Amino acid sequence: MNFGLLINEGPYNHQAADTAYQFARAALGKGHRVQRVFFYNDGVNNATRLTEPPQDDRHIVNRWSKLAADHGVDLVVCVAAGLRRGLVEDNVAPGFRISGLGQLVEAGIESDRFVVFGD
Amino acid sequence: MAQVAEALEQEQDAQSVVKKFMFVNRKAPYGTIYALEGLEVVLISAAFDQDVSLAFLDDGVYQLVKGQQTKGLEVKNFSPTYRALEGYDVEKLYVEGESLEARGLREDQLLVPVQVVSAQEMAQLMEQQDVIIGF
Amino acid sequence: MLHIVNKSPYEKNSLTSCLAHALKGGALLLIEDAVYGATKGNVAEGAIRRALADLPVYALGPDLEARGMQGNVIEGVKVVDFGGFVDLVAEHRTSQSWL
Repeated sequence: MNFGLLINEGPYNHQAADTAYQFARAALGKGHRVQRVFFYNDGVNNATRLTEPPQDDRHIVNRWSKLAADHGVDLVVCVAAGLRRGLVEDNVAPGFRISGLGQLVEAGIESDRFVVFGD
Repeated sequence: MAQVAEALEQEQDAQSVVKKFMFVNRKAPYGTIYALEGLEVVLISAAFDQDVSLAFLDDGVYQLVKGQQTKGLEVKNFSPTYRALEGYDVEKLYVEGESLEARGLREDQLLVPVQVVSAQEMAQLMEQQDVIIGF
Repeated sequence: MLHIVNKSPYEKNSLTSCLAHALKGGALLLIEDAVYGATKGNVAEGAIRRALADLPVYALGPDLEARGMQGNVIEGVKVVDFGGFVDLVAEHRTSQSWL
């Protein structure tokens, strides 16, 4: 089955990004496809390459990048929400791309199941 | 809006599929950004020729209250955008009657024509959707 | 429909609102802070027990465990892991997150 995910909260402040990641990993582990993860609202902060958590903490941004590299998950950051929060091409981590809200609607249309993670 | 133009292009690829999208609004405006950025998604979705509806329940009904004045806060008053939805062919706005009543609001205090439905009717409407996005 | 709730019943009315819109044939999944609602003695215990008559109720195990609540789950609530979460989403045509 093909999943689309929407993440509306930033990393560390709220559990949404962790829940979504664990969900995506479990879905892939079961042989499903995660076509796209769309980052909106403060969720765009999941994509900043400037993130440096303490060494004993999970690296939420790198975890997403690895998911994209290993499984071809399309990580899309909303351009408008990103600009509002200072997120541009220069500071997005590998595996993320910046695009429009149309990518969110398209994921809703093309996926078999669409799940929202937020506050 | 540049995003609308881009969305129109993407729409060419996806236009054969029509899904029922419902955007569920349960949060008040201004205290958080969800109402405003949620509305931006609604506007983009209109470019994809999908079957789009909006649901307002719980504190989400406060988004539609007439007379919003944001000068004192120096933030954008986005409430006129709800009136513009019709121009985007987004015409299904469902407001839950129980939520209005619980907040001492009447339909004539809302800034745009809506369809007031009961919680039970709202539940049925939700059941008919293909994609439900809540902010 | 799979209804997903992530708020403690003391923080917000999401669970109450969700249950007012959940139809037979659907299911309820409690995640994140909502798992407190699946535990005995919580303000939502009565509502969860009544809901169980009409629809299956699930709670996310890793969230219960992280909060030390795994031993206090209301009888009838099924505990699932992330794989179970994925299965629930797959089994239902749509999901709705009551944020």
